[in-house]
Amino acid sequence: MITGSLKTQEQFLKSPWSIPTHLSFGGYKAAWNDQFPTWFRNSLLVTLVAVALTVIMAATAAWGFSHWKWKGRDSVLGILISLMVVPPVVLLIPLFTLGARLGWISTFRMLILVYVGLMLPFSIYLLTNFFRAIPASLMEAAEIDGASDIRTFTAIVLPLSGPPLITLAVVNLLWAWNELLLALVFLQSDEKKTLMVGITGFQSRYSLSIPTIMAGMTIATIPLVIVYIFGQRYFITGLTAGSVKGE
Amino acid sequence: MIKTAPTENAVTAPRVIGAVTSRIKGSGPFFWILPAALCVVVIFGYSIVDLVQQSFKYQGAWVGLDNFRLVLTDPLFHIAIFHNFLLLFTVPILAILSFLCAVLLFETRRGMKFYRSAVFLPYILPIPVVGVVFGQLLQLNGALNSALRALGFHSLALDWLGDPGQALWTMSAIIIWKEVGFGTILILARLISLPLETLEAARIDGAGFFRLHLKITLPQLKPVILFYIINEAIVMVSWVFNYVYVMTNGQGGPGNATVVSELYIYRSAFQNKSPELAATAALLLLLATLVFIVGFLKIQKNSNSGNSHE
Repeated sequence: MITGSLKTQEQFLKSPWSIPTHLSFGGYKAAWNDQFPTWFRNSLLVTLVAVALTVIMAATAAWGFSHWKWKGRDSVLGILISLMVVPPVVLLIPLFTLGARLGWISTFRMLILVYVGLMLPFSIYLLTNFFRAIPASLMEAAEIDGASDIRTFTAIVLPLSGPPLITLAVVNLLWAWNELLLALVFLQSDEKKTLMVGITGFQSRYSLSIPTIMAGMTIATIPLVIVYIFGQRYFITGLTAGSVKGE
Repeated sequence: MIKTAPTENAVTAPRVIGAVTSRIKGSGPFFWILPAALCVVVIFGYSIVDLVQQSFKYQGAWVGLDNFRLVLTDPLFHIAIFHNFLLLFTVPILAILSFLCAVLLFETRRGMKFYRSAVFLPYILPIPVVGVVFGQLLQLNGALNSALRALGFHSLALDWLGDPGQALWTMSAIIIWKEVGFGTILILARLISLPLETLEAARIDGAGFFRLHLKITLPQLKPVILFYIINEAIVMVSWVFNYVYVMTNGQGGPGNATVVSELYIYRSAFQNKSPELAATAALLLLLATLVFIVGFLKIQKNSNSGNSHE
């Protein structure tokens, strides 16, 4: 893909597998001159806002699940776990009618709301498991010293939760950045499209210039690879945490 | 009587205020859960209720089971379900491949981290990117076929995505390529955390590579492999939209060769403008995944109780 993006069309057709002899950035120029910057910005905005909201809401909710024992808590957690596997396509039609009724189709807030809702079950589950592992004696000590719940949460629980919060952010960032179906349906106007929707249509428009397509793909992948390289450790813990608890 | 009432109030009021302040100080769980709960209820709760309602209606009027009759007798829906069913055959392949990859990585002494990243990379790549790149590589005159022809395998240069008999299998191969990384990582993580003593003991007793891993490793990995199988089964039944949409320009072509249930729902709703039928199909899909969800919860429970014994 990367080698393809650095060739000209003629070079590519002659020898698709070889390493380019002299670099040609024409593909990148063409891709960048299209609507790529807009799509890129849209994706960045939607992904960052949705993930930030999810992490905040999941952290507070997980605190509510782990700090207090209340009736029906385990059943609610059980329902949350099963929601993790509800396919998004099932929610598509009701949410679209809802969005249309509110006049929120082609607005970022609609897509962000849907993303947050879809990311929350897994996020709450992951953080609840982690918060439960924090020794209760720490919290009791804080309470005896007269700290309020809010203070216990911000001064003790959050500072201890750096790694799981990063894990959660990384897993969700990758998911939201890569999501196609919902973005396709909820953001229909051209200037609101996310990168994934953009490149899907991009393919047919540039079917004659493979280097341009490959350049576009490379641009779409770079942010992911960066997040992946820096967050690989966290990402792997996040994924395995879903399967077997307490590792 | 009139005089006593205020005094009663005066006595109770501080208590009420005290209760309120203590509730703010010791805020209680619901205050913390509320924002997330609202969001989840709107997205999931509302949707599922609305979905059930829509599937019994046509343009606002109650039609009973008519929608179900229409969907269940639609030949295209049968084709879509059949394709999802065929895709389920990739699940055992995925489980076996991931197990092999994980064991091989586990046995690799040097460079394990590098190979692990290499196996895992496809899993994080966006499906649209994967779809487009493979779409280009696999064209009739694309890079793969020109390489095959250059090497003299003219008969192997197939029309990978254009031939209706071929397209779904090509797609399965791509899905396998992408999903195997997830299984490998899951199984490898569990493998590393297993106690080493039994493995060493078996090795000293002279168990060969295959016997060792089949008899000793595999049974211990059963829960995680089972989790992966259920997870992938859910993927094949209800999360393959992206692959199909990207690689066939949203058509499920050639012909209807790669239409899956998700694409059927999407097309009914947004191309044929019959959201009621789409809702009905979606409800059926949800019921189908429910079967897997039950299995999923069971495994979750088992692994939890298993851990508490350790």
